Amino acid sequence: MSSLAQTQPALAAASLPKATAEPAWVKWTLVTVALTFLTLFLVLPLSVVLYGAFELGVKVWWDAITEPDALAAIRLTLFVLVIVVPLNAIFGIAIAWAIAKFEFKGKTLLISIIDMPFAISPVVVGLIFVILFGSQGWLGPWLSAHDIKIVFAVPGIIIVILFGTLPFVARELIPLMQQQGKEEEEASLTLGASGWKTFWYVTLPNIKWGLIYGVVLCNARAMGEFGAVAIVSGRIRGETNTMPLHIEVLYNEYMFTAAFAVSSLLTGLALVTIVIKSWVEYKDERRHKTA
Amino acid sequence: MSQSAARSVIPGFGITLGFSVLYLSLLFLLPVAGLVLFTFKMTWPEFWAAVSHPQVVASYKLSFLASFIGASINAVFGTLTAWVLVRYTFPGKKIVDALVDLPFALPTAVAGIALVTLYASTGWVGHYLDLFGIRVAYSEIGVVIALTYIGLPFVVRTVQPVLADFEKELEEASAALGASRLTTVRRVILPAILPALLTGYALAFARAVGEYGSVIFISGNMPYKTEITPLLIVAKAEQYDYNGAAAIGVVMLAAAFILLLMINGLQWWASRRG
Amino acid sequence: MSISIEQVNKRFGNFVALDNVNLAIKTGELTALLGPSGSGKTTLLRIIAGLEQADSGIIRFNNEDITGQHVSERGVGFVFQHYALFKHMTVSENVAYGLTVKPKKFRPSKAEIAKKVNNLLELVQLGWTADRYPSQLSGGQRQRIALARALAVEPKMLLLDEPFGALDAKVRAELRRWLRRLHDEIHVTSVFVTHDQEEALEVADRIVVMNKGRIEQDGTPEQVYDNPANPFVYEFLGNVNLFHARVKQGQSSIGDLQVPSPEYTNSEEQDGLAYVRPHEIDVFNLPQPDAIKVKLDLVTIVGPAVRLEVLAESDQQLIHIEQPKEQFKQLNLKQGDTAWILPRYTKVFLGEGI
Repeated sequence: MSSLAQTQPALAAASLPKATAEPAWVKWTLVTVALTFLTLFLVLPLSVVLYGAFELGVKVWWDAITEPDALAAIRLTLFVLVIVVPLNAIFGIAIAWAIAKFEFKGKTLLISIIDMPFAISPVVVGLIFVILFGSQGWLGPWLSAHDIKIVFAVPGIIIVILFGTLPFVARELIPLMQQQGKEEEEASLTLGASGWKTFWYVTLPNIKWGLIYGVVLCNARAMGEFGAVAIVSGRIRGETNTMPLHIEVLYNEYMFTAAFAVSSLLTGLALVTIVIKSWVEYKDERRHKTA
Repeated sequence: MSQSAARSVIPGFGITLGFSVLYLSLLFLLPVAGLVLFTFKMTWPEFWAAVSHPQVVASYKLSFLASFIGASINAVFGTLTAWVLVRYTFPGKKIVDALVDLPFALPTAVAGIALVTLYASTGWVGHYLDLFGIRVAYSEIGVVIALTYIGLPFVVRTVQPVLADFEKELEEASAALGASRLTTVRRVILPAILPALLTGYALAFARAVGEYGSVIFISGNMPYKTEITPLLIVAKAEQYDYNGAAAIGVVMLAAAFILLLMINGLQWWASRRG
Repeated sequence: MSISIEQVNKRFGNFVALDNVNLAIKTGELTALLGPSGSGKTTLLRIIAGLEQADSGIIRFNNEDITGQHVSERGVGFVFQHYALFKHMTVSENVAYGLTVKPKKFRPSKAEIAKKVNNLLELVQLGWTADRYPSQLSGGQRQRIALARALAVEPKMLLLDEPFGALDAKVRAELRRWLRRLHDEIHVTSVFVTHDQEEALEVADRIVVMNKGRIEQDGTPEQVYDNPANPFVYEFLGNVNLFHARVKQGQSSIGDLQVPSPEYTNSEEQDGLAYVRPHEIDVFNLPQPDAIKVKLDLVTIVGPAVRLEVLAESDQQLIHIEQPKEQFKQLNLKQGDTAWILPRYTKVFLGEGI
């Protein structure tokens, strides 16, 4: 009896929820609801792509992605990436440098302009450039007189993707570099380093992870850009079809397995993107903890 | 002020700012201005006729209403997800956390065909919904589903850091003052995350209004019924009706800028409260 | 290397950071720029370093005009308040940095660099940290590494911006003694910025007191402490009691108390302020001629000292007094008692004060 009387208060204290926590059943209900929601909207779509791609075996999958039109789409997408990502990375570094290291009038305005391309619907982006460079557009007559093709050609695709992915690197780097300030650069300069050496040896290593992250996001969006490209590409098979456009064509022709096969490539890249993002965040968190 | 920047010992001000402004202007500001100017070629009645055609108005209604519902679903479940990810530990939490970004990383066309396959009456989920007589694919519900998917990360990612930084002492103080757990959540935690929640809501809404790729496969694109505004722009552009497309485009552009202003206002409010 | 600052002005928008500053710093001296925040001391240091450009005025090193020279060519060692160590480099990479970024022609060999880094790390007594990262060191250690890094390029002078400002009190006291000894060893012309008067008094050969972008006084620690040039310096260097005074023909009267003020012999009777430091007041338990009668309002024992807050009987003015505990005990006074006080040393400035 006495032992029971002693253990009872201890038991009560243990089962009493902490002042700032919920009872276990509340916790598990909330976790279940959240996970169900995420399963419906994230896990199942992901699974359906991979299932659809490999349903008929690896051989069919391989044939679908090595078929000439698919290869052309992959090549075009890679070509666009090679141009778009470095350009927007250079822009991101340049604008972040200007904003983080200097004081000037109109800085706040500049920062808010950078976000704007995100707010504009991709189809409007495509429309803008069709109107500017299309045959009925502002510059159309001049361009066709000089035999320059932008719309319904690769340059148009590159331009709209540049527009759509403009802010990614800049958005990652601006807050990062603002938070880092300019003391380390000043220290480097007082030690006799030139501006270029300071950037290379001090600034770049410090923004490395942010830059990688921004580039990865830019890359993900660039390869997936759809609405804008749909308008400017003209959908010329084997010529101006990027991977997403090729997927649409295959789907509309009821070639579901082929559509999912090409999708699986993009899905793989998306997963890689997510992994890199988590890894960069993990690194960042650890640095904050040790600092 | 600009004088002091030019005289700073850190080099590269002129070239980096010059390049940035030039790049932004050529790639973004001038083209956008070009679109707006293009519509000036139309007379006002022409413009009005283009943007107020019943089919277009039906598309506005669908786009905005579905975006509103999608963003609202995300506000509720996104906050819940953020809460679960910040406050609780459970197996696989890291993977779930990472997966939240999927809609940012997965191309919209891929998401579009995945969603329609999933929710069509023959699909894994649609098959069951069909038993209850619920049709998702090729209906307004499908549009809502796609727009919910596309806006999912916004609320989670804006609320999550605020919750993580929330001072435990405030909750303890509330509990010590005699508040129940529910009261503490309602009166102390919710007000603190409200600005972030609203910002995420607005971001999800803004993204949904302009979304194209993930919707067109599942919506079925029936005029007056499941046709979203971006699709109308594409359709008009493909028929070389640039005037009509540009007019609707300008309306979308205006909506985007109003939303952006709202979001900036919300963020300003949030930072002032923080 | 001597430094000469001539008529330097600097504004940030409407804020005047430096107002026509003139200053000469001798070779080998350890100088403190002392002042409250916003007094312009850091701006002056950054202008000397070349991190900031003056709006007008001239900076000379050894009589050579280097006003237009870029910071990377001035050859100064600069130590930042928050260390500014390169986070992604090890301690030895940090210290070696200034040598490794030299153009190939002037760059020492790898072995020479390694040897030099070792010597410097020994000098700052942190040889064992060579392969660590800055984040693994304490604040005081980081600051010593920052100093070693600045010294690696054999700077013509060492400029330190609030070098101990971010450290806690104990480390601070240790490090400043260490800096003093280091300076005695290497004798490089050094200027450091501080808002801590004790730090300046303890470490510096010379103190330059700054306020609102101007130099208020410039002298040895004894000079500025014992003979403050004006009320600002008096108040900034240590605690002080203020009394209303009437000054006439070389005499100041503070209540009934008369003190000689030989510097004002010619003056007509006018208002002044008398400054008395808390530890320069004697306390008596019996009436004394001229002494001010007070009531002991609060007695606080702080380690070896006693702090008294007393109220003058005549006008209830609050006066702070500090005494060694032993001395106070002999008076046999306690809180609430009546006592008599006499300032040992008074400094009177004309006017209504600052």
